[in-house]
Amino acid sequence: MARITMREAISQALWEEMERDPRVFILGEEVGVWGGTYAVTKGFYDHFGPERVRDTPIAEAAIVGAAIGAALVGTRPVAELMTINFAFAAMDHIVNEAAKLHYMFGGQMVLPLVIRTVGGGGRQLGATHSQTPDAVFAHFPGLKVVAPGTPADAKGLLKAAIRSQDPVMFIEHATLYQTRGEVPEGDYVVPIGKSTIQRTGKDITIITYSKMLEVSMKAADQLAGEGIEAEVVDLRTLRPLDMEPVLESFKKTNRAVIVEEGWKSYGVGAEISARIYEDAFDYVDAPIKRVAQLEVPLPYNRALEQMALPKVEQVVAAVKEVLNG
Amino acid sequence: MDKNEYLNLYHQMVVIRRMEEKAAELYQQGKIGGFLHLYIGQEAVSTGLVAARKPQDRIITAYRDHGVAVNVGIETRAIIAELLGKATGISKGKGGSMHMADVSKNFWGGHAIVGAHLPIAAGLALGDQYLKEDNVTICMFGDGATNIGFFHEALNLSMVWKLPVLWVCENNQYGMGTAVERASAVSEIRKKAEGYGMPNDEVDGMDVIKVKEKTAKMLAQIRAGNGPMLLEAHTYRFRGHSMGDPERYRKPDEVSCWEENDPIGIYRAYLTGKKLATVEELDQQDKLAEAEVLEAVEFAENSPEPAPEELFTNIYVEE
Ligand SMILES: Cc1ncc(C[n+]2csc(CCOP(=O)(O)OP(=O)(O)O)c2C)c(N)n1
Ligand SMILES: [Mg+2]
Repeated sequence: MARITMREAISQALWEEMERDPRVFILGEEVGVWGGTYAVTKGFYDHFGPERVRDTPIAEAAIVGAAIGAALVGTRPVAELMTINFAFAAMDHIVNEAAKLHYMFGGQMVLPLVIRTVGGGGRQLGATHSQTPDAVFAHFPGLKVVAPGTPADAKGLLKAAIRSQDPVMFIEHATLYQTRGEVPEGDYVVPIGKSTIQRTGKDITIITYSKMLEVSMKAADQLAGEGIEAEVVDLRTLRPLDMEPVLESFKKTNRAVIVEEGWKSYGVGAEISARIYEDAFDYVDAPIKRVAQLEVPLPYNRALEQMALPKVEQVVAAVKEVLNG
Repeated sequence: MDKNEYLNLYHQMVVIRRMEEKAAELYQQGKIGGFLHLYIGQEAVSTGLVAARKPQDRIITAYRDHGVAVNVGIETRAIIAELLGKATGISKGKGGSMHMADVSKNFWGGHAIVGAHLPIAAGLALGDQYLKEDNVTICMFGDGATNIGFFHEALNLSMVWKLPVLWVCENNQYGMGTAVERASAVSEIRKKAEGYGMPNDEVDGMDVIKVKEKTAKMLAQIRAGNGPMLLEAHTYRFRGHSMGDPERYRKPDEVSCWEENDPIGIYRAYLTGKKLATVEELDQQDKLAEAEVLEAVEFAENSPEPAPEELFTNIYVEE
C-alpha cells in the first residue's frame, strides 16, 4: 500500500482501467492538453493520445449525450463534467436519458457510462460554482451515485463504476484532492452500493459521506477526548443506498447525527433519518439531528461562506445535544 | 467626439489595465479568493461597446466582467471592494469577481455559467420589445460560449422574434486551453449567425475606435427594428484564463506577438498621430488612472466585511 492523495488515487484508477480495457476513453472539457482542471488526467493525453483523451467543446449536454450514445454501442466512456454545477446544463441527458433508457426499452439498452464530476463549496467561488447538489442526482432511480470520502474508496469505487453496466455519477469533492490515505496498489475494486464503518464507537452513530467524512472523523476524535465514543458510518454510495451498516450501528447506539455538506431541505439527512425512523423506530432513544449547509446560496465573501458550511464544532455540538437530550 | 471624450476612453482603458494588474497582485497576496479572470488585452472591446451605447441600452456579459464594470461607470473602489469581498463592493461582497452588476447603470452582470446569459439577454430584449421601449441589449460572450446549446437557442429565438440584441463574441482565440479551431466547427465565429439568417460583421477588437464605430452603426440598425445582429471582435487575453493557469496550450511567442498589438498602445498612437492628444496629456491620464486605482485599493482594504446577517438577505424579495 502506498500513501497517496485522492487526486493520485482517482488518476490511478482511470489510468489502470484505460490500460486494462481499450474500450474505456475519456471525454470532457480540458481533460487533454490542459491535463484536467483539477489535474486528475495530467499526462493522459501524451500517453493515451487524443482519441482516448478527448478535449470537447464547452457543451455539457453533448458531452453526456455523446457518452450515452457511445456507451450504448459498446464503448465505456468516462465523461468528465468540470464541476457538478455545470451538470445542470446536461440535466436532461442525465435524468431523462441516462437514468431511463435501460428500463424504458425493457432492458434492451445497456449504457456502461461514468460521469465524473466535482462538487463542494468552501473555495470562494460564489453561488453558481459552489454547490453540493448530490441529493438531486440521487433522487433518480436508474442512476447510481457515488461520492467517496477517502483515497482508497475513490480508487476502488471508480474502478467499480467503470466496470459497472449502469450509468454512474461519480462525485468528487474539490477540497479533498490533496487528502492523503493508504491506497492498495493494482486491481483494487470497492463495490458500489456498500456503506462502511470508518470508526467504531458505542455511544452514537454519525452518518456521513464525502468531504463531511473528514469533518465527522475530526469531530469523533474531539468527542473521544471527552469520553464520547462515536461510530462513523460512511455511505460512499448515495444510490443504491445501503442502510445495513447504518441500521446495525443505530441498533447498537440508539442515537444518530447525520452530516452532509448540501442543504438540509430534502437532503441526504432527511432520507437517512426517515429510514431510521421507519425501520428502527423501536431503537430510537433520542431525536435524530442533522448538520448541513445553511439554506442560502453560497456567497463569495470568505467569512460568510464559512458560516454557511457545516463545521466540526457543529457536529460535536449536535452529538452532545442528542446525548444530553 | 470632443477631446474629452477621446481622453475619457483612454482613461477607462488604462484604469482597467491598472486595476487588473493590481487585482493579480492582491490575488497573489491571498486577499482575493476564488476565480479571477483578468481582462488585460481585451480592454478595447468593452470600452468601445459601452462608448457606443445610449444609457438606455442594456449590457450583459460573462464572468470576465471587470472591464464592463469600469466602462459603465461603477466606481473603481466598488469593483475592487467586491474583489476583496467587502460590504462596500458592488454586489455587497456576495458575488465576487465573476458576479458583478449595476442595474442602475443598465449592466446586468457578470454570469459565470458559460453561455447561460445569452437566453437571458434575449429575454431582456423581449421585455423591451413587449413594453415598446427602443432599447437595445448588448450581449458579450466568449468564443467558447458559441459551442453550447444556449448560444444557438438564444440566437435562433432572437431572430424568430426580431429581438433587439447585439450579440458580441469576444473571440480571444481560446476557451480556457482550447483553441477555437479545436472546439468550433467553423473558426470564423460570425458565420454561425448565418445559420439563423442573422446579419453579422467583424471588427478588430484591439482598436477601440473601430469597435465603437462599428457598434454604433449596428446599434442604430437594430434600434430601427431590423432585428438582432452579431459582431465578432478579434482579440486576445494577455494573461492566463484565470489565475493559476499553467498555460501549456500556447507558446510565449504567440503571446508576445499579440502583445505588440496592445489596445492601449494602438489607441495612444491613434490619439497622438491624429493630434487629438499629446504624449504629456496621455501620461497625465496614466498617472490619474494609477492614482484612482491605488485610492480604490486603499478604500477597499479599509472597508468593513459584510455583516453576518448579510448571509441571509436577498434570498427572497422582502415584501
Ligand atoms: C456551462 C459551463 N461549462 C464550463 C464552465 C467552465 N468554464 C469557465 S470559463 C470557460 C471557458 C470559456 O471560454 P470563452 O467562452 O471563450 O470565454 P473566455 O474565458 O475566453 O473569455 C469554461 C470552460 C462554465 N463556467 N460553465
Ligand atoms: Mg475565449
